[in-house]
Amino acid sequence: MASWGEASQSRLIGKRITRLSGKDKVTGKAKYTYDINRPGLLYARILRSEVAHAVVLELDLSRAEELPGVHAVLPLTEAGRKLRYQGQEIAAVAAETDDIAKDALRLIYVDLEEQPFVVTEADAMAEGAPQIRDDWQGNRSNPGINEQGDVDAGFSEAAVTVEATYHTPVQTHVCLETHGHVAEWRGEDFLTVWASTQAVFGVRNDLSRRFELPANQVRVITEHMGGGFGSKFGPGVEGHTAAQLAKITKRPVKLMLTRKAEHLVAGNRPSMTQHVKAGATKDGRLIAYDMKGYGTGGISSGAGFQAPYVYHVENQRTERFNVATNAGNQRAMRAPGHPQGAFAMDSLMDELAEKLGMNPLEFRRINDSNEVRQAQYTLGAQEIGWHRRNNVPGSGTGIKKRGMGVGSGQWGGGGGRGTQARVTINPDGTVEAVTGTQDIGTGIRTAIAIIVAEEFGLEPTEIAVQIGDSGPGLPSGGSGGSQTTASVAPVIKTAAAAAKQKLFETVAPLLQTTVDDLRIGKGTIYVASDRTQTITWKQTTGLLGMESITESGNWDQELRQGGVAGTQFAEVEVDTQTGHVKVLKIVAVQDCGLAINRLTTESQINGGVIMGLGQTLLEERIMDPLTGRMLNANLEDYKVPGTYEIPEIKSIVFDTHRKVTGVGEPPCIPTLGAIANAVYNAIGVRIRELPITPDKVLTALAQKKA
Amino acid sequence: MSEKEKKQSTNISRRSFLKGVGTGTVAATVVPAILVGDAEKAEAQTDDTISTAQIQLAINEQKYTIEVEARTTLLSVLRDGIDTNGNSVDLTGAKLICDRGECGGCTVLVDGKPIYACMMLAMDAQGKQITTVEGIADGNTLHPVQEAFIKHDALMCGFCTPGFVVSSVALLNENKKPTLEEIKNGLSGNTCRCGTYPFIFDAVETAAQKMK
Repeated sequence: MASWGEASQSRLIGKRITRLSGKDKVTGKAKYTYDINRPGLLYARILRSEVAHAVVLELDLSRAEELPGVHAVLPLTEAGRKLRYQGQEIAAVAAETDDIAKDALRLIYVDLEEQPFVVTEADAMAEGAPQIRDDWQGNRSNPGINEQGDVDAGFSEAAVTVEATYHTPVQTHVCLETHGHVAEWRGEDFLTVWASTQAVFGVRNDLSRRFELPANQVRVITEHMGGGFGSKFGPGVEGHTAAQLAKITKRPVKLMLTRKAEHLVAGNRPSMTQHVKAGATKDGRLIAYDMKGYGTGGISSGAGFQAPYVYHVENQRTERFNVATNAGNQRAMRAPGHPQGAFAMDSLMDELAEKLGMNPLEFRRINDSNEVRQAQYTLGAQEIGWHRRNNVPGSGTGIKKRGMGVGSGQWGGGGGRGTQARVTINPDGTVEAVTGTQDIGTGIRTAIAIIVAEEFGLEPTEIAVQIGDSGPGLPSGGSGGSQTTASVAPVIKTAAAAAKQKLFETVAPLLQTTVDDLRIGKGTIYVASDRTQTITWKQTTGLLGMESITESGNWDQELRQGGVAGTQFAEVEVDTQTGHVKVLKIVAVQDCGLAINRLTTESQINGGVIMGLGQTLLEERIMDPLTGRMLNANLEDYKVPGTYEIPEIKSIVFDTHRKVTGVGEPPCIPTLGAIANAVYNAIGVRIRELPITPDKVLTALAQKKA
Repeated sequence: MSEKEKKQSTNISRRSFLKGVGTGTVAATVVPAILVGDAEKAEAQTDDTISTAQIQLAINEQKYTIEVEARTTLLSVLRDGIDTNGNSVDLTGAKLICDRGECGGCTVLVDGKPIYACMMLAMDAQGKQITTVEGIADGNTLHPVQEAFIKHDALMCGFCTPGFVVSSVALLNENKKPTLEEIKNGLSGNTCRCGTYPFIFDAVETAAQKMK
């Protein structure tokens, strides 16, 4: 049975290894799609709707076409069609320079007949609201209802109940490299696309269908990409447009979204509103849970969320639906449905615990059947100093009040089939590992090198890893669901093991020994029964003569495992005069399975915590109900965490077993509840609506006083 | 619709636009041109009278002669500029991320000071020494800041990294031994979305020690 071996025997796996791409990234040499310059490159831009809902009456591209330097103008809508949200595509231009493309957009004439619109959930659900989708009755989807146990009986057993409404607004991904492509045709039948994507093969397959080309006549390259967070799985309108413009002009075309468009049309995390009533028994058992909730994913559905979350409730009834609004559609965003669900559930847990007069940690212990998280509660409480928490919320003295809170999360991340990989040993001792996955920033390139280097007794820097290219014809899945490492690592491991076996088979007779008696040392191969027979890696591969060894791998299920638990503790300081919340410290205890690279795993945990912090305190897409437009579609008014917001973060890689599990998404989940509960513990007033901005804190404090 | 009528239809004032956007079925003619600028102006800007100038820039100790328009930014020259000999400048380390001087992705040194290259006109960079992230290392020898970024994994997707590296170098040139608060202050003009900040702070501390 395949295994990763014991920790004590690992030279590299589980250690802190610096990234292979580090040098290219710190010197500016790393080439992202945005950086691809091709001979004869044209620059493309898209004209987008500035209104939320309209019918196109006329579209005239002629003046834009006449502008010197413009090579093509492509309509992306036509008279009679509807535009249903701000940012929807009207037409695209390809020109000699980006400035000329910008100028040309201004020369496009479009006549629109505006239609009534709604951009907030409340407006969409109001009586007499305009119908947004032709395929729905009203602006609500059919509700999904789930019932377990007997809710009424549960409530009759409850000693305490809490009824509350929790809300999280729409959050946008804010990928620093906007969605974009560089497309280049060779004749009519071969398309190369550099894509800022988290799914190289997904983009290849989509483009092959779109342009009716055989899959092997489309090549997609993503050497580096500047963030995706779930929003970059397909080429989208912009990818199709780039390829179409390149086809028309017979020139390479670069089309990157503007920052504004990135906010408007490149996906977002849907909002969540839930009205929940829950009850617990006197001895602290969560006994009944009744939730009605909704969210908006803009013009699309998909606004689901987890409720209840993590903790066990015997009797529950949930009802949830989507609300359609005239806004850009949602896309998967880092742990879809989990952070918002966790915020509501962890807030609710604390509210129940308080009514019971119970420590919220103790209340969680009673209702959490997950053994890993139970251990994490102990460790996290120790690390944060849980005993220092205010027993009476808001009881601290002074203007700046401190508080502590806890939150929990769970995720899968066990990987899946569909990755093919090749590991090659060349006679000169060089090694190549090739597969069609992509590095979304989590460091899979380095993880692959670590696995191969461990198997061969080499250094990770000695492994040439080729990923982010569909050219070699070795497919791998998209980087979603925290699945990349658990999907790729087993295939790389088995490919490397097979190549090593082949190497041993070739050299054993030459060393006058058996395959079973050969071992890998550091940069060497030796005979186990006679250590005096040790030869270097290069001497060994030199024995291959003219022939390289190339082996493929398979997804061995024994090498991976899904299901991770996470817990975070937060300490905050709230300025009761300004309403400003400063997070002082987060302890993140994250179940990871086997962390191939401890250094990059810690980075991922830090990153998840910081994104969760942003969602809790800063981030919100603000729609103007009067104009139907997003008011903060930039990086100035849409706040993402910056240096001042960063607390001390203690990221604890909580290894629970020796099997690979993904960890990209889970660390962003427990942060919300932990911070929100810490704010409550500090000031004694609960804020049930994110983000917890100073205005909300001051309002809550004023209401408490009154 | 005649050309004249079309031109007239673009002359909707901001006020009449807002009037036409409320709820209720209002037939309003909305030309996006007015929302992004003035179409008349755009036309004037792009006719034959548009003026360009040949300028000389000193980037990473190399001289470039480039033809630019008045509106061309320094960032645009670094990334997309082509010199008078037809060679691409191709210094793509600095990135356009926010396009409004907010995120620091395009940070370069101008006479040793960190500036946002998206906010500086190329013409204004004449006569100054420009150092991009590509010019931070000494040949193959990395700058201590770069070494420390790699060591501490102060990068994930890496898209913001060039800006952070340049800002960190600028910070350490000014302040040899910054405290954590001073590091946060010095790098507050840069934004990372992957959340690498804690390791960036560690890296700057390590680099400071090494540069002592």
